Amino acid sequence: MPAIKLVKGVLKGNRRDLARLITLIENEHSSAATALSMLYKHTGNAHIVGVTGPPGSGKSTLVTRITAEYRKRSKTIGIVCVDPSSPFTGGALLGDRIRMQEHSLDKDVYVRSMSTRGHLGGLARATSDAVRAIDASGKDIVIVETVGAGQSEVQVVEVAHTVIVADVPGAGDDIQAIKAGIMEIADIFVVNKADYPGADRKVIEINAMLDLDSRERSWRPPVLLTNALTGEGIPELVDTIGAHMSYLQETGLLKQKGLQRSRDELEQIMEYKLTNELFTRLRGTPEYEQAIKKIAGRNDDPYSVAERLIADFLISVRE
Amino acid sequence: MGSEKGLRKTFKEWDEGPVAKTLAKFPERKEQFETLSGIPVDRLYGPSEKALMEYEQELCFPGMFPFTRGVQPTMYRGRFWTMRQYSGFATAKETNERFKFLLNQGQTGLSIAFDLPTQIGYDSDNPLAQGEVGKVGVAINSLADMELLFDGIPLDKVSTSMTINAPAAILLAMYIAVGEKQGVPMNKLRGTIQNDILKEYVARGTFIHGPKESMRLITDTFKFCSENMPLWNTISISGYHIREAGSTAVQEVAFTLANGIAYVDAAIKVGLDVDSFASRLSFFFGSHSDFFEEIAKFRAARRLWAKIMHDRFGAKDDSSCRMRFHTQTAGCTLTAQQPDNNVVRVTLQALQGVLGGTQSLHTNSRDEALSLPTEQSVQIALRTQQIIAYETGVGDTIDPLAGSYFIEHLTDEVEKRAMEYIIKIDDLGGAPAAIEKGFIQREINDSAYEFQQAIDNSTRVVVGLNKFTVEEEQQFDYLRVDPAVEAEQIGRLQEMREERDQAAVEKTLEALRSAAESDSNLMPLILDAVKAYATLGEMCGVLREVFGEYRAPDIL
Amino acid sequence: MSSSKKIRVLVAKPGLDGHDRGAKIVARALRDAGMEVIYTGLRQTPEMIVEAAISEDVNVIGLSILSGAHNALFPKIMELLKAEGGDNILVIGGGIIPHDDVPALKAVGIAEVFGPGTPLADIVGYIESNVKL
Repeated sequence: MPAIKLVKGVLKGNRRDLARLITLIENEHSSAATALSMLYKHTGNAHIVGVTGPPGSGKSTLVTRITAEYRKRSKTIGIVCVDPSSPFTGGALLGDRIRMQEHSLDKDVYVRSMSTRGHLGGLARATSDAVRAIDASGKDIVIVETVGAGQSEVQVVEVAHTVIVADVPGAGDDIQAIKAGIMEIADIFVVNKADYPGADRKVIEINAMLDLDSRERSWRPPVLLTNALTGEGIPELVDTIGAHMSYLQETGLLKQKGLQRSRDELEQIMEYKLTNELFTRLRGTPEYEQAIKKIAGRNDDPYSVAERLIADFLISVRE
Repeated sequence: MGSEKGLRKTFKEWDEGPVAKTLAKFPERKEQFETLSGIPVDRLYGPSEKALMEYEQELCFPGMFPFTRGVQPTMYRGRFWTMRQYSGFATAKETNERFKFLLNQGQTGLSIAFDLPTQIGYDSDNPLAQGEVGKVGVAINSLADMELLFDGIPLDKVSTSMTINAPAAILLAMYIAVGEKQGVPMNKLRGTIQNDILKEYVARGTFIHGPKESMRLITDTFKFCSENMPLWNTISISGYHIREAGSTAVQEVAFTLANGIAYVDAAIKVGLDVDSFASRLSFFFGSHSDFFEEIAKFRAARRLWAKIMHDRFGAKDDSSCRMRFHTQTAGCTLTAQQPDNNVVRVTLQALQGVLGGTQSLHTNSRDEALSLPTEQSVQIALRTQQIIAYETGVGDTIDPLAGSYFIEHLTDEVEKRAMEYIIKIDDLGGAPAAIEKGFIQREINDSAYEFQQAIDNSTRVVVGLNKFTVEEEQQFDYLRVDPAVEAEQIGRLQEMREERDQAAVEKTLEALRSAAESDSNLMPLILDAVKAYATLGEMCGVLREVFGEYRAPDIL
Repeated sequence: MSSSKKIRVLVAKPGLDGHDRGAKIVARALRDAGMEVIYTGLRQTPEMIVEAAISEDVNVIGLSILSGAHNALFPKIMELLKAEGGDNILVIGGGIIPHDDVPALKAVGIAEVFGPGTPLADIVGYIESNVKL
């Protein structure tokens, strides 16, 4: 069980063991789940910050800057950068490290590049567990950078406490670039590259959209201007990330979110295990293939067959 | 517009104007040119009796707008192109010897290759320089090295091209200081600094600061030279490296000219009059393997730049619209397999440059895909140019391929397609914005990958590589830079540091720092620091502290 | 649960030269062969390369260099890699590397050196048959 041997090292903050565990998680190695369950009680300490935004919005540069500011404040950092895999070959080019060179020799910054491996939603399937492993390794802050996000790449909200949505002036034709989906998950907006013309207009536009949002909420996402080249606005951004965490704690939302997250996760794991179990038993058996043929030939219908198979499965589990 | 009558009139104007003026100053190489069988060769062949409507507007005569047929009225009938072999390795002393060898061999201009630490602003003893000192060029740490480099070479007799970008202002200052010591004032110095930072971000990679600060250093040199160095080319806007990074010919023209537009914009923005600096802009292109397209490319680039300067920037002076360029044969076409075949490739590519009307030429050595070139290979490369110049007669008439249906069609197409790219880049906010967004890098990378795939699947034949291959023993003399060079260079640097007046160094560096923090022109302060023997690394260090360092948004 | 392994490759440019055409083309070809390729950009010191290789838990490191500094930098990388427990990583090199230098580089652990003109398929094939997953 290779993953289990790594647990001790991960808890001590050994980056090689952490790196190897994340690989096993990504590869869905059978020992990874056991290792994660051993690590579970050591998690829940890190502040998890998601950074998302449309392609070209300067997410990596922003992450680098935020990291530098946190390092000034003596925080340790883990970073997971997610890039899309090629739908044709399954391969991926992971280039986010390029912008993070200034932290590359800092032992208190751990950077991991990750391919989505075909997973949709802006993250890899393994991202959530990788974040957990980094959390267990003792990093104070874990930053998750998503793939360039459109409307549906919103899964980061399930992983992060605080979601930053980054945008640049003129990144899209207009505000459409960050409409709908990712607009709603933002806890903080950042308009990056403040020296470009149109940054102020972008801030006004985002604020105007927030005014239109009729949902009741006690945290109105602030809209901040930063310049990733000069670092202007970054200390304020890091302060605001902290303020968002205090808000979550003071209002009890953190606890509430934690409960919700545990519930979702438990249900997801059960669902995955159940279906996995069910299909492992069914697939390839002659009865199952026969039933499918019958459905296709209109000699039976999928509704009744499903009822029957699940009932049989439950009985066999009981026995 | 060109009616037959109009064209005759323009021809007469050309003949009695620019041509007569040029002949008075620079007589042609011979009284009369003729072919081997004794047929006289005129200066120029054109549409003669059958005047084409567009001839006057699109081609016109050599030395006349839009310069499609060349930038000088007599071209190579007066003087051949400058044969300028890029060289430099190890220490200043060894490079000085190579320079003297090349000048003795009949080379007419010097071209300095600097090692990578020098190009990125580090002294030889910087930890990052480890293993790199003197490798791809000569290490220059201070004025002391520059003095050694030009020892016994009178600067009023040669023109010197320096392939230096991020710290170009510093190397120029060192050259000026050497000139002063030799008694040659800076207004007599001839040569070029590459000084083209934008292509470093997309293709060559030796940047230090971000675009904004780098552009300031460039406009500072423009201004300084427009006031003090009338014969100096302040920039060599380079398509060569863009091409070597894998672009097509059209992209090479488009991205180079888009960068050129950005420099002109920047200079105008800091208050320079376009006609005060534009004539000192020079260009640098590659000569790749597609024979006719390359010739057309040179002609198209010249015409397009002329139109841009005239129409877009309102240049009034014809010399502001004249694109002068250096050409180098394409290093990326050389093969490590059967390396002697490279001599043939280089010959053809050199010929393309000459037929395209280049002002100077570097011919690559056959062994460059294997290592640094040996002296023997460098000599063959130079002889290649000399054979083209002195034996073939291709320089006896101007722009001899003009009027070929194919060449004119290709010239039109390259111009048109390059212009489409330039419009796209304008829409993205100009070259710096297009680079920041990764547009230019992505276009180049896509072309490079396609080209490689075409070689891999043999739809593109490379002789000796994917066709007509042989089993061969690798046996070639390599030029090796002795690893001891690094220690020797560091020793000299440390000695120099001990001997110099430390207080003067600190004073000039402080002055440089405060100037960098303000808006004043940095050139004079760099010159002061250079004369006090401040090192390149120290000066760049100060500028790094004030300007910051750039991290490339590398686009895959 | 089934295990689905992917080959992870670090493509790095040690030294100061900016000629990354080859590195980028190889990175793309490996991507197209289904590998996960981490590209680190220019001017990487041996320390940075080894740190990235360990943190990213790669199976392969591809080093591209045209500056001539390979004899100084490659051995340093191999030494650091060994010290960090990365001996199982397949390390290959490419760029302008004279033939005479290759034996010494192999002696310090560089598995193979690919010169100019190497078909991309050869590099892909070499990795696929020599990588330790």
